[in-house]
Amino acid sequence: MSFRIAPSPHGHNQRNTSEMMRWVCYALVPGVLLQSYFFGPGIWFQMILAVATSVIAEMACTVARNRPAFSALRDNTALVTAVLLAISIPSLAPWWVIVIGTLFAIVVVKHVYGGMGQNLFNPAMAGYVLLLISFPVQMTNWLPASTISEHSLTLWQTLHTIIFEYTPSGYSVEQLRAGIDGVTMATPLDTIKTGLTQGYTLTEIYQGREFSYFAGAGWQWINLGFLVGGLLLIQQRIISWHIPLGFVAGLCVPAFLAHIFAPDLMPGPIVHALSGATMLGAFFIATDPVSAATSNRGRVIFALLIGFLVFVIRSWGGYPDAVAFAVLLANMCVPFIDRYTRPVVYGHGD
Amino acid sequence: MSDVKTLNRDFNTGIIGQFPGGVHPPERKQPATSTPIRRLALPQELILPVRQHIGPSGKVLVKVGERVDKGQRLTEAGLSQGLPLHAPTSGVIAAIEERPTAHASGLPEQAIVIHPDGEERWGTRHALPDYRDVEVARLLELIQQAGIAGLGGAGFPTAQKLAQQKPLKHLIINGVECEPYIAADDRLMQEYANDIIAGTRILQYMTHCESVLLAIEDNKPEAIKAIAEAIDDDPQIELKVVPTKYPSGGEKQLIELLTGQQVPAGKLPMDIGFLMQNVGTAYAVKRAIIHGEPLLERVVTVTGESLKQRGNVWALLGTPIQHLLNESGFTPEKKQRIIMGGPMMGFTLPSSEVPVIKTTNCVLAPTEQELPSPGAELACIRCGACADVCPATLQPQQLQWLAKAKDYDELEKHNLFDCIECGACAYVCPSEIPLVHYYRKAKAEVRNIAREKAKAEQARKRFEARQERLEREKQERLERHRKASEERKRMQEQKANKADTKAGDKPADAASQNNDTSAGKSAAVAAAIARAKAKKAAQAAKGNES
Repeated sequence: MSFRIAPSPHGHNQRNTSEMMRWVCYALVPGVLLQSYFFGPGIWFQMILAVATSVIAEMACTVARNRPAFSALRDNTALVTAVLLAISIPSLAPWWVIVIGTLFAIVVVKHVYGGMGQNLFNPAMAGYVLLLISFPVQMTNWLPASTISEHSLTLWQTLHTIIFEYTPSGYSVEQLRAGIDGVTMATPLDTIKTGLTQGYTLTEIYQGREFSYFAGAGWQWINLGFLVGGLLLIQQRIISWHIPLGFVAGLCVPAFLAHIFAPDLMPGPIVHALSGATMLGAFFIATDPVSAATSNRGRVIFALLIGFLVFVIRSWGGYPDAVAFAVLLANMCVPFIDRYTRPVVYGHGD
Repeated sequence: MSDVKTLNRDFNTGIIGQFPGGVHPPERKQPATSTPIRRLALPQELILPVRQHIGPSGKVLVKVGERVDKGQRLTEAGLSQGLPLHAPTSGVIAAIEERPTAHASGLPEQAIVIHPDGEERWGTRHALPDYRDVEVARLLELIQQAGIAGLGGAGFPTAQKLAQQKPLKHLIINGVECEPYIAADDRLMQEYANDIIAGTRILQYMTHCESVLLAIEDNKPEAIKAIAEAIDDDPQIELKVVPTKYPSGGEKQLIELLTGQQVPAGKLPMDIGFLMQNVGTAYAVKRAIIHGEPLLERVVTVTGESLKQRGNVWALLGTPIQHLLNESGFTPEKKQRIIMGGPMMGFTLPSSEVPVIKTTNCVLAPTEQELPSPGAELACIRCGACADVCPATLQPQQLQWLAKAKDYDELEKHNLFDCIECGACAYVCPSEIPLVHYYRKAKAEVRNIAREKAKAEQARKRFEARQERLEREKQERLERHRKASEERKRMQEQKANKADTKAGDKPADAASQNNDTSAGKSAAVAAAIARAKAKKAAQAAKGNES
């Protein structure tokens, strides 16, 4: 009788890449629900557009590279890239913004570099940066959180705005952002940046409608939502704690020191931790294994670097938030970090 | 259960080290661990590959048709690493021919085939109950003559390992048995604890170790109890219960676990004062010395859901795997796998005509549902799960890229050869990359390249030596010629001088006449020399060409 030949080990612990990526999507749910609550249903349309674009782009690329089209989709990595990008952009951004961003992320950042596992940069963040510097107006058109907004859009109004760039009744996104006093409201981080340059103190800035409790209205809850999802990922051993903790430490420790030094000019660690894309970045973006450092020691260094860069750019840079830039800059350092954090092999220590 | 817990607490206190990485695959040691070792009916034939261990094979001592007794020597031990082979039972030599062997390749090798006669007729045995009266050198010889090789892993000849002259701190007896499914050592410890301890004492006597550490994983409470009872209050044997984690039974991992020390790269455990033997080997040593029985059989775990009767069996060396399967109610599924060894490091057998050899600790016939085949290999996402579980702290993901890129220099720089092929990395890889398979291939390739390089180097040296010799010979020849021509010149000058002095005595006209003839003569000589030179030059050129 003859038998089947297979290399050892025989058997596997049964958590494969597609499953891990699916878990990442599940863990995004609390944050996404909160985001759709505070910024309207636009996020769902953005996600649908992004996922559809990514599937088509992924298939086209694999076919062009002479690989089976459906097997590439099976790993779900394109899905995660698309969802992360959709979460990162303003919910009423015109449809072509997310399409261009997703195409760039999948085609250029991922497949031009050699496909899955080969990309130097985080695809979602590279796509985000491309959009931010190409379409700064559309990319910074964040609505005020629904709790403080004068307008709330229905599903149809949202879809209409995404497709035609104004509501059925003719409001532009710019107009939707205006408060009752007719002044356009910005994101909390933007408000802080603008306020400080105009000579206000933080105490004065925090009096604004954009702030409540710990940090920015709406944004703080979304960040907490992503924190909960992120902790679920750690609990499920999809990610390790090294990157999230390093990220938050790299951001909050300098922020804390700066805040003590200049309490009215430098926002404190809690504001930093719960504003902008901090938690999304710490748990879902910087943890992308492909573009992160590979050893645990390297990952801590990588994450500390991102956190610190976020702090630096938020404090002194030209952009209110900085997660995407910080992640890309740290991505560039990964080969270097990996080179110098190689663990000592058994029997090679002194 | 509380009984076991107190045991664990008592023995765990001595564990001072830990090793990085490791995995916890489902253990699945039932029912093998709780059912007694069975004896099977004699198989129709026994197939004994002449070479069963690391090292050269011995000379065959028997002829086809010859009747042999149980324990009779079939091959003669060669020099250094050789081990003799014995008839596992009495019978007739049916053939000496090539048979498929227990190797992943299944390549045929020279084997002695015995048809058992069922009489179990022993040859002469030399029991030696008082081994302390005998010199260590003699004991080493007895162990070597008993054909004992390490029964736990690679099958290194035991006597040779024991014979090393290095001062030892600890003898470590390995009863960890960390691979899932396998319970051969576990069951042996439960049923033959006293024999194992007796064997351990022999080994200690032979190695002059200060103390013995006997390590067992904490998932074997019955074995721990039996061994603890057998040790009793012997202060020189210390029982160490180690936490269950794969691969804590690996030689290097267990040393790190028990002592906190790492075996330096390129060195052996004995270089830092440790010697490790498997519990099965200790048992075999006891049988060989005290009872004078060579290594004829071993415990094999026969398990997997394709079998109805799962458990441990006493298998004579040479028993065909098919016999073990038949005796265990084998119902193969489609695309059945038969694994020799455990699920982590074992290899699949191409055929069941392969025999049990000295290192066969398990025969596993799993169903597809039980141990699913890996899915299609996806791209590496550098998640680092492999690095987290690597007990050698290698970077498996990096090795994988390099192996695929065939960058052999970098592979060596990344310490490919420190990989123990435990399979933990491939076990956890979410992209289901058969990592170990890539490393094995790369290792083989690196070895090949080294061999080719050595060959090329030798050829280059040979060529250079020849060139040098030819050049030297040419120079010597030229030197000889130069000397000869100088000699001739000198002689001629001497002659000429003599002639001049003679000519001075004679009348002038005669002198002028004489001068004419001598000038004609020397021209002829010069022409002859030139001819000879040309001829020699031509010969030399020819010689160089060839």
